[in-house]
This record gives sequence, structure tokens and C-alpha cells, in this order.
Amino acid sequence: MTLTMTRDAATRGGGSPRPHRPLITKRNIPYLLILPALLGFVSFKAYPILAALYISLTSGAGAARTFVGLDNYVRLVNDPLFWTALWNTALILVVQVPIMLLLALVLALGLNSPLLRLRGLWRLGVFMPSLTGLVAYGVMFSVILSKDSGLLNWVLGFFGVDAIDWLGSPFWARIAIVIALTWHYTGYNAVIYLAGLQSIPKELYEAAMVDGAGAVRRFWSITVPQLRPILLLTVVLSTIGTLQLFDEPFVITGGGPDNSTLTISLYLYENGFRYFDFGYAAAIAYALTLIVAGFGLLQLKLTGGKK
Amino acid sequence: MKGWALTFVLAAVFALCVGPFYWLAMAATHANSEIFAETPKFYPGDQLGANTAKLEESIGLVHVLGNTLFVAIVQTSIAIVVALLAGYAFAKFEFRGRNAFFVLLLSTLVIPGGVTIIPIFEMMNDLDLIDSFPALILPNLTVPFGIFLMRQSLLAIPDELLDAARVDGAGELRVLWRVVVPVMRPVLAALGVFLFLGAWNDFLWPLIALRTPEMYTLPVALATLQGLARTDFGQVMVGTAISSLPMMVLFLVLQKQFISGLLAGATKG
Repeated sequence: MTLTMTRDAATRGGGSPRPHRPLITKRNIPYLLILPALLGFVSFKAYPILAALYISLTSGAGAARTFVGLDNYVRLVNDPLFWTALWNTALILVVQVPIMLLLALVLALGLNSPLLRLRGLWRLGVFMPSLTGLVAYGVMFSVILSKDSGLLNWVLGFFGVDAIDWLGSPFWARIAIVIALTWHYTGYNAVIYLAGLQSIPKELYEAAMVDGAGAVRRFWSITVPQLRPILLLTVVLSTIGTLQLFDEPFVITGGGPDNSTLTISLYLYENGFRYFDFGYAAAIAYALTLIVAGFGLLQLKLTGGKK
Repeated sequence: MKGWALTFVLAAVFALCVGPFYWLAMAATHANSEIFAETPKFYPGDQLGANTAKLEESIGLVHVLGNTLFVAIVQTSIAIVVALLAGYAFAKFEFRGRNAFFVLLLSTLVIPGGVTIIPIFEMMNDLDLIDSFPALILPNLTVPFGIFLMRQSLLAIPDELLDAARVDGAGELRVLWRVVVPVMRPVLAALGVFLFLGAWNDFLWPLIALRTPEMYTLPVALATLQGLARTDFGQVMVGTAISSLPMMVLFLVLQKQFISGLLAGATKG
């Protein structure tokens, strides 16, 4: 109806200044613009987040779903595998994130040095690993880490290191995950730091040089404070990301051996899509959300408070 | 002198980062037995054609590539438009619920993906969409990060520019198309690249949502192939190299957009 009227008006009213009321007006346009995003948000974010909370309070699926209250959460607290997953995740977090961010900072300082030749090429190379997709990553690492014919053991052989059973021992499997994570994300963080370094006004350094400050002094008094917001951001992002660690253990170690690389997200996936225990998986998901939110708030409080 | 030492160190780091990709490309040209020989192969072999033919036979490479491209292109195109429209509304219009919706949208960024995946799976199951492309595409059309990125960039466009076009009698859609889109082209390209690669590499959700090999996307097809006993790694390596190729090409061609997109996400947060 509206459509035909509009079309009529359009064909008739070449000269008249206001042939019809336009469908899109200044008043309703923001709502029209936001509508697609709102539909997607409600259907695939808001609703599932609330539904998952309900599912976490139930057992069974479909018609057989029954409300069980907090049973899943009680089970979670008493589940040794959940604690193993939590411990593994925490261990990887505490070891990997500081190493990676430190390396990234050193790398960024190197990339930013005026003495460096071919900067663009090196920057391109270090960024590349962060673009690797999950499957490519997994296939590459599972072969690179293989004990008898892997690239890594071959390289280490030159330094007199005996072949390491990367994926067969609980200790080395964790180290393998740390290596893989560091390979994957160090360049990404370095490129972020590099941009931060490049946005520090040169005058600050020039003034400090005039005042006779050495390189170390300039680093601690200018670079670190200026870079602080970005350093903070990467710490928060890496922490949140590592708490949700899934890709690396899923494709490289499968959580093993002996559950030594089982992470919270991997345990969630196994319960949800291997055992189809949706209620329990949803409870794990909510526990993880609480942990992530808690860590995020804590870090913001600790570091933001000082400023 | 110092410059050379530094350059040498960075070249070594470069080798660590890029070496695995080079090794992958070389492995794709060797037969299974050679890949697992004691010394890694650093030179090209002559099995690329044979490996590719085997891959076509085992997973239907061409068909699977078609699926992956279709899903990635449709999903990226729609998601960009959704993000642009919403970002425009957030940046340039006053409307009821604006701030509340924006905060809600951003707060979902910290919610682990594992939370939504079970209800979405059940929803797709109820809608009978499991094992279909809509099941892959629909959940990924509203991208909070993309909307955030669009809003931040649109805030930088002066209102006078838009008002000038309006005074000239341009309708709202025309303003958007003729004034906003041209200015936003670099940011749109950056977001497009990110979304495309995300869709191209997406694995977990397609693995859960797809059932029949005819519907598989490349990562899912490769993962099932790798999971088989007595996997022939020659063909897996070809598939892996092919799946990494778009990312390499896009990154080499659009390096600036990549990094600016990355930084827009990181530094304005």
C-alpha cells in the first residue's frame, strides 16, 4: 500500500516540492540504522547469554530438560578436573603473559630504533604469525613439534639438545603450549607497542638529551610512562585471552597428556560437545565469565587507581 | 656497526616467525614419507600436483573452497553494512537508549564465546538450520568490535560536512552513501579484511554446526582429514598452505589497513 503510493507520487510529482512523506526522516533514521545490529544483538548475544544462565541451572536437553537449581555449580566446585583445568590455565597465564609482553616490548624497541635497516620487512614478518588460522596453526605445530622428525627438535639438535618428547610428557606439553602462544601473539603485541612508541613526541627525548639524560634514564622516565596506557591494555587483553585459552591446547595437545594442558574452555567444549552435557557446560561457561570479569576488574582497579 | 647487529637480531626473529610458513610451503611439495624424514625439507619437491589431486579426491577441494569463499564473502559484506549503519547511528544521532545499548554491546566483548555457543546451537537446531550456511552466517552479523570501530572513526568526521550535504537537499541515505562511505573507505577496508579472515579461518562453530562433508568449509574439512588414522600429510600440507594463502596475500596488499585497524581497536579502547 505505502509502496504503491510512494511510487505513484514519485512518478507524478516531478515538480512539486513535497510529493509524499519520505519513509526515512531525520526523526526515525537512527532507529532504522540501529535496527539490524539490534536484531543481531538480541538474537545472538543477549538472548543466548541469558539462556545459558538458565541452561546452567538445568539438566538434560530438549523435552527432557529439568530444573536442578545450583546442582551443576555444586558439581563444578567438587570436580577435580575443573580444578585441574583452572590450575593449568593459571599456570600458563602466569608464565606466558609476562614473557610474551616483555619480548614484545624489546622487539618493539628494536623495530623503532633509527639504526634499524629494512624495518617494514621485519615488521611484516613478526606480525604474520598472529594471522594464522586455528587449523593451519594446529597442523603446523603438530608436525613441527613431533619428536623424531619435527623441525624444532632438528634445530635444537644443532645445540646438542636431545630430542624432546614435546607432546608426550606433561611438563613439555605445557612448555609447547607456551612456545606456541608466544610464537602466535608476540608480534601482534610488538606492533601495538611500536605504534605507541612512534606516537611519543620526539621533543620529549630531545629535551631529555639536552638535560643530559642517558638512554636508560630516558627509557624509564619517558618511554615507560608514555607507553603506560598501551602496556596496561595489552596486559588486560592478554590476561582475558589466556583465561579463555582454547585454540592451542585443542589443536596441539588435545588437553593431554594426562590432562596437563586441559584448560577451562577446553573442558567446557568437551562437556558441551563431546558429552552433550549442556547444563554442566553452561555452568563452566558462567564460572569462566566470573573469573574473567573478576580479573578484568581487579587489573583495572590495581593499575587504574594509581593514575 | 650497532645498526648491523640490531638488523641481524631482527632478521633472526623474522626467521623464527616466518620460518614455519616457509617450511609449510616446502612440505606441501613433498610426499608423506619425505615430510617425516629425519631432516626437514627446505627445498621444493615435485609432489605438489599429486598432493593437490589427492586432496581434491579426499575432501573435494574445489567445492570446499567454494563453500568457504561463499560464507566468508556473504558474512563479511553483511556484517560491514550492519556495523557501518549502527556505528553511524551511535556517532551522529541522538536517540533513546543510545548509551544503554552501546554499553551493553561493548560489555559482551568480555563474555567468553563459550557462553553463547550452546544456546545458539539449540536455537539453530530448533530452527532446523543445523548443517546449513545460514547457521554459520546469522550469528556473526552483529560484530560489537566492528560497531565500536565504526563509531570511533565516524566521530572524527565533522558534523558540518554532513549538514552541508543535508542543506543541499540530500536525503539521509544519500548523505551516508555519498559523504560518509567515501571518507570511511580505509576503515571499512580494515574491518573487511579482519572480518573476512575471521570467517575464512573460523573453525569451532562450523565444526559444531555442520554435519555433511558437502557443506564443510576448508578448516573443518582439513581437521577431519587430519583426524583420520594414517593421515597422508602431503595433502594436509597443501590444504593448510591454501588456507593460509588469502591471509598472506591480503596482508601483503593491505598492510596499512591491517595495522590501522589493529591500532584503532587497541589504542582507542
